[in-house]
Parts: sequence; C-alpha cells; structure tokens
Amino acid sequence: MKKIYMDHVATNPLHPEVLDAMLPFFKENYGNPLSLYEPGIKAREAIEHARESTASLINAKAKEIIFTSSGAESNNFALKGIASAHQNKGKHIIVSRVEHHSILNSARFLEKQGFAVTYLPVDNYGRVNPADVEKAVNDETILISIIHASSEIGTIQPIADIGKIAHEKGIVFHTDSVAATGNIPVDVKALNVDLMTFAAHQFYGPKGAAALYVREGSRIVPLIYGGIQEGGRRAGTENVPAIVGMGKAAEITIRDLQKRIDHVLPKRDSMISTGLSVDKVILTGHPEQRLPGHASFVVEYIEGEAMLMMLAVKGIYSASGSACSSKALKSSPVLISIGVPVHLAQGSVVFTIGESTTDEDITYFNETFPQIITRLREISPYSKGWEGTEDATCTAKK
Amino acid sequence: MSTTETSQKVHDEPQLKFLDKPIEADATTDIIYMMCPMHLLTIEDQVKEIETGQILSILTDYDGALEDIPEWCLKTGNEFIGIFEDDDHYKFFIKKIKES
Repeated sequence: MKKIYMDHVATNPLHPEVLDAMLPFFKENYGNPLSLYEPGIKAREAIEHARESTASLINAKAKEIIFTSSGAESNNFALKGIASAHQNKGKHIIVSRVEHHSILNSARFLEKQGFAVTYLPVDNYGRVNPADVEKAVNDETILISIIHASSEIGTIQPIADIGKIAHEKGIVFHTDSVAATGNIPVDVKALNVDLMTFAAHQFYGPKGAAALYVREGSRIVPLIYGGIQEGGRRAGTENVPAIVGMGKAAEITIRDLQKRIDHVLPKRDSMISTGLSVDKVILTGHPEQRLPGHASFVVEYIEGEAMLMMLAVKGIYSASGSACSSKALKSSPVLISIGVPVHLAQGSVVFTIGESTTDEDITYFNETFPQIITRLREISPYSKGWEGTEDATCTAKK
Repeated sequence: MSTTETSQKVHDEPQLKFLDKPIEADATTDIIYMMCPMHLLTIEDQVKEIETGQILSILTDYDGALEDIPEWCLKTGNEFIGIFEDDDHYKFFIKKIKES
C-alpha cells in the first residue's frame, strides 16, 4: 500500500545532505566547543559556520542568531526575556488569539507575574488587522508578538505592516515564524521584526535545533543562565550536530526554496480544488495568503479523528490541527477564533506537502479523500437528514 | 609607613572612580542582563576593536563588574576612566593604552 506523508508542518524528514554534514559531529568531531584544543576548536568553528548560514537564510547578521533547542524555547525566551528586560517601561503585551501554545501559555504565565496581555481577534481567514494592533497599543505596551504563518490554517499574517506600526511606536516586535521560515522567503529587515523564532525541522533540518533572531542592540534577559555559550544569552553545552544540521539545512533552503515552492504550489491548489468539490467542505485559512504546501479543511458531519484514521488506513498521513488540541480532544482555539462553530471544528483536517510529494500522490489523494468523506458520512449519526437543508448545523437528527 | 610606600600601595590597587556624568565614548557595548564572565570576555574582544587612545564604554548591570573591570584595566595596562551609575545599570569607561 502507498504511504504518503502529508504532515510536513508537523515535521520533515532529514535532508540526506544534512545528515552527512551532521554525522562527523556524532563521531570524530565530538569536542566541546568551549575546549581550547583541536576537537573543541573544530566544533566551535562548525557552530560559527552554521550561525553564518542560518543568519543568511533570514537576511540577518551571524551575531543576531541565538541557537536554542526548539521553537517553543525560542518563543518562551522571546516573551519572557523581553518582558523582563522592558518591564520598567511598561507591563502590557499584545499577542493574537491564533498563536502557538508556546506563545499563549508564556503570555498567560506573564499575566500571573503582573503583566497585562491583549489577545487580538482575527478575521474569518485568521488574519490580524494591523489597525487592531494600533488600537490595542497603550503607553504601557512593551512587546507585540504575532505569528508569521499558522500551522493549522496556513494563513500568512501581514507581519511587515504590523512591524511598521510597532517601530513607529517604539515597541519591540516578535514573530513566531516556525511554520513560515523554510517554506516562504523570509527577510527580517523587510518584515520589520526585532525578534523571530524559527526551527530547523521545518526546512529538512534536525529536530532539537532552532533559533531566536534578536536584532543587534536589543536587550533580552536570558531564559537559561550558566556558561558563556551563545554570547552568555543561552547557557548550556551546544547540541553541535543539531546546530551543524540547522546550518546545512539553511544553506540547502537558500539554494532550493523557490524550487520547493514551485513544486508544491500547483499540487496544493489541486488538493484544495478536490476538497472544495465535495459538498459541505470548507477551506480554512486564507485562499491566497497561505503557505504554499498547506491545504486545510473543515469537513461537516464528520469527526476529525475518524477521518485521520481512515486516511491513515489508506496510507495518507495527515493531522487534525494543532497536536495539543488533537491530544486533548479539545476544539482548536485557532478554528474557534476564525468563527468555526465548536461542533464543526471537530471535523478539521490539515494536509501539508513537501519536496517528496509526487503528482501520483496527489492523484491518489484526489481519488481517496472524497471517498473517505462519503464513506464516513454514510455511517455518521450526525449526517442523517442533512442533505437538502440550507443551514450548516450538524445537530444530530433523530 | 612612608609616603612613598603609601603612594605605591594606592597605585597597585584598582580604584572605583564614579563620574558625575557619562563621557563620550568611541565605542559602546551593551551587555545588560549578561552575567559573569561575559563582562570580561566582552572587554577583551571590544578593546581589540578600538585604536590606542580611544575610549570604550561597557554597559552592564552585573555588580561583579565593579570589582572586575578596574582590576582588568590594572592587569592589562589600560586606563580605567570611571563609572557612571545610570538608573538601572553602570556605564564603565576604559581608555585603550596599549595592545593586549
């Protein structure tokens, strides 16, 4: 049976060139980068080379890159570090309602520490209106953090416009770009951001390697104190193989990004056409301002987990939204924020494709997805009697 | 103890000198929120970047720098000009006297 991986936003396979670059640092080049003898010097040089490459991917300077262990760590670092550093100026933070949990939960933590947080609404496509950001700013605002692109609905935010507002008002601006960096061109200067989170496994690098871009001259309180690693801003012996892998993945992405986009874009559009050809299937997220390999739907009258299992039985691996929401069997806050009713949010399904996705895979998907919807609706207690009704409710009809 | 001996003793010990206002520096490095030993590593790196006779300013909130930076200047033969105490951090001023 075919096995088609359509969950690239969850993670990606390691690029073979990345693995080759990493392997020596698991074996002969095992030195601690702080050591003053040859193996240590080699490890240190490799990290600094990776820092140059990683910075180039986002048009930053090497010294503006702090390597971390994950996007979640970078997001925690950004929010807590900036809040602590600027709390004498004010204690108000602005985030959107469609942030990743590492932002939302850091914001909630800061609320308990005495900060005020504004959670901005989004439109039905999941976009933040820059005018709403401007209205939410007050004299106490020290930080704005808006996600760059949603992993759940694929929507890309107007980050450059929001950054312009933040800078006009002298407020630090962070974006969580985990789902975007590596999938679309990202330039921190054009985006007007002061801090940006991104992760290697989103662009065929290893898990356990991520970064926080911190614009030169910005003050931030470290999350982890200890040694002098990362310029004293993130202590702990470096994960050298992972950092090397991130650097290599960045180099490959700089080389291949446009090719990857050209590869997935028509395939994604074909998948969206297929989904929308089925009755009572809704595209979630923005139809144009969305990630190039991202197709997400709400399928009415079907429970998402059942759909995922049927898809997996047919060899198509996909997701129902955020992993956290899926595990907790809770309605996704992102879907609720874009106005999807609670009962429909259960029918969420997210397909994300990548450079290994073939035209044959798409043909198979286009045949299989509608068949699965039809089959599940035949056995769904919610679907009885809905045909021909105009309203979109899925209350069980007895 | 003779006068000569007293003078010699004073010269050998690092002196904390506080300034009433900050002075103009040729280069400034902000390491506020960085802990030990980042102040000493930063000084070493940044002093290499300026010319002899130029002034480097280091901004830090690390209290240990009050002892360490004057001591570092004494050891390396660079001139410790003084400290300006700002609201929430110190500004250290160092004149480069010689290549270290």
